Amino acid sequence: MNPEPSQPSVPAIQMEGVVVGSLRDQRAVVAEEINWTVHPGEFWVIAGLQGSGKADFLMMTGGLMGPLGGSYRFFGEPMPIFEGARLQHRLRLGLVFESGQLFNQLTVRENVALPLCYHRNLSQADAVGAAGAMLDLLGLTALAETTPGALGGNWLKRAGLARALMLRPELLLLANPLAGLDLRHGQWWLEFLGKLSCGHPLYGGRPITLALTTSDIRPWTGLGCRFAVLKDGRLSVIGPEAEFNGETRYLLADLIPETKRDG
Amino acid sequence: MQNGNITTFDSPEVRSLRPRRLWQFSIARIGRGLFRLLFTVRGLGAFALITLGVIFTKFGSARRLIRPLVYHEMARASVRLAPMFLFVSAGLGLLVIGQTVSWLTRVGAINYLGPVMVVVVFRELGPLLTAFLVLARIGTANVVELGTARAMGEVEALEALGIDPVHYLVFPRVLGMALGVFTMTVYLILGALASGWLWAFLQDVPLRPTQYIHQVAGALRGLDFALLALKTLAFGFIIAIVTCYHGLAQPLRLEEVSHATVRAVAQSVVACVLIDALFISIYLAVS
Repeated sequence: MNPEPSQPSVPAIQMEGVVVGSLRDQRAVVAEEINWTVHPGEFWVIAGLQGSGKADFLMMTGGLMGPLGGSYRFFGEPMPIFEGARLQHRLRLGLVFESGQLFNQLTVRENVALPLCYHRNLSQADAVGAAGAMLDLLGLTALAETTPGALGGNWLKRAGLARALMLRPELLLLANPLAGLDLRHGQWWLEFLGKLSCGHPLYGGRPITLALTTSDIRPWTGLGCRFAVLKDGRLSVIGPEAEFNGETRYLLADLIPETKRDG
Repeated sequence: MQNGNITTFDSPEVRSLRPRRLWQFSIARIGRGLFRLLFTVRGLGAFALITLGVIFTKFGSARRLIRPLVYHEMARASVRLAPMFLFVSAGLGLLVIGQTVSWLTRVGAINYLGPVMVVVVFRELGPLLTAFLVLARIGTANVVELGTARAMGEVEALEALGIDPVHYLVFPRVLGMALGVFTMTVYLILGALASGWLWAFLQDVPLRPTQYIHQVAGALRGLDFALLALKTLAFGFIIAIVTCYHGLAQPLRLEEVSHATVRAVAQSVVACVLIDALFISIYLAVS
């Protein structure tokens, strides 16, 4: 599904010897010695069991906290970026949270329009058109005036995706996108992310870089993704599915039960 | 058989330990309290400076989004509290006038009614009571809203979207509350002065409205207006800073929001009383 990406000189993500802290207690070390490079256009799946530190790793990658050690560059710029002067660079990255993390006092439409209103200095009324098109694309139009408290988990997550895509990020990070979804919604996500990875009309047919976390890699096999496993505080980069071998299967044993039985 | 017996706890060894342990315990408790106080003051100071920095550097940015939020916060801390303040101002007028008239009539000093109203209502009770009422109605809501947003990961979501949480969440609340406390203090004072005359009239005090207004106006000086404006803006600013700090500045879990609210209310009250004392000192020094 994923075309072989070109390898430009500046990687989207470049981590060397990175030490990851916890978002709740940044002095606690969740993972260390992480060396990971993501080139533009690649589609990465970070697999790990619950409690392996995937969420903290993704939050650090998303720039919500700095690494405790090592070097992390995002399109060549040191992360995290909090200064206003480098904000435009920071906006090349989008983050979709596991539960959507919508703002409860705003409607779905207002949530989706918020990044445009803030960064382009638009009023809610002015941003309605752009937000409406995004809601339409993601099948959320009927729920536009609903507040998040009245939405089910399937739709909350999809609204979170719509909000993250409003500024057309070049790198999209997703926390456990299939967790808690019913079959129909899960299938929709697989197809939509596949299209984003190949080149969606939303991006003028240009493929975007994707990285997501999961505790079950089975749905992601056969999609041309690259894999890495977060286990025992270390990130083991595996690569494409074609490169799975005996050692890889050991790493993935907990994440693909069939592998454990076969092995 | 001595183990477990009551005499074990009354032995000379235990008695010699008791005062020292109590003493050590007390010192440790005071020390912990002092350190907590210092850390809180440091945290509040840093948060206030960050907020001031954001107010000055981002005053005009994203104004089409932020300005309606400021208006909303102003309305919340002023217009929507008007009925409650009308009731309280009537009560305050009765409270002060009801007591004062009876005493001033006895000593034949009813001409001092205006000055007494100015000192009690204009300089002291009006601003402080307004600050406490706004704290109770809006400050507590601030901590709950922001604490819940923090616990639900909404603050991280804002940061992920490149939106400064201080700009989006704190800036409107600080401006709204500072202007709200100022507005409601003026409203409360005018209401209390009007109801004060009404209560005096009902008690058959021989005081014409013009005479009363003349007394009140005569007791007021330019400095009173300047200090009233500064004091009420400071009250609003400090209440907003303390409540936003406790809701936003530290990672919270949902079960901690109620504790954060109690802490914020207690610290806001202490801060307002300290600011009031500072303004009294300034007033006495200048006048």
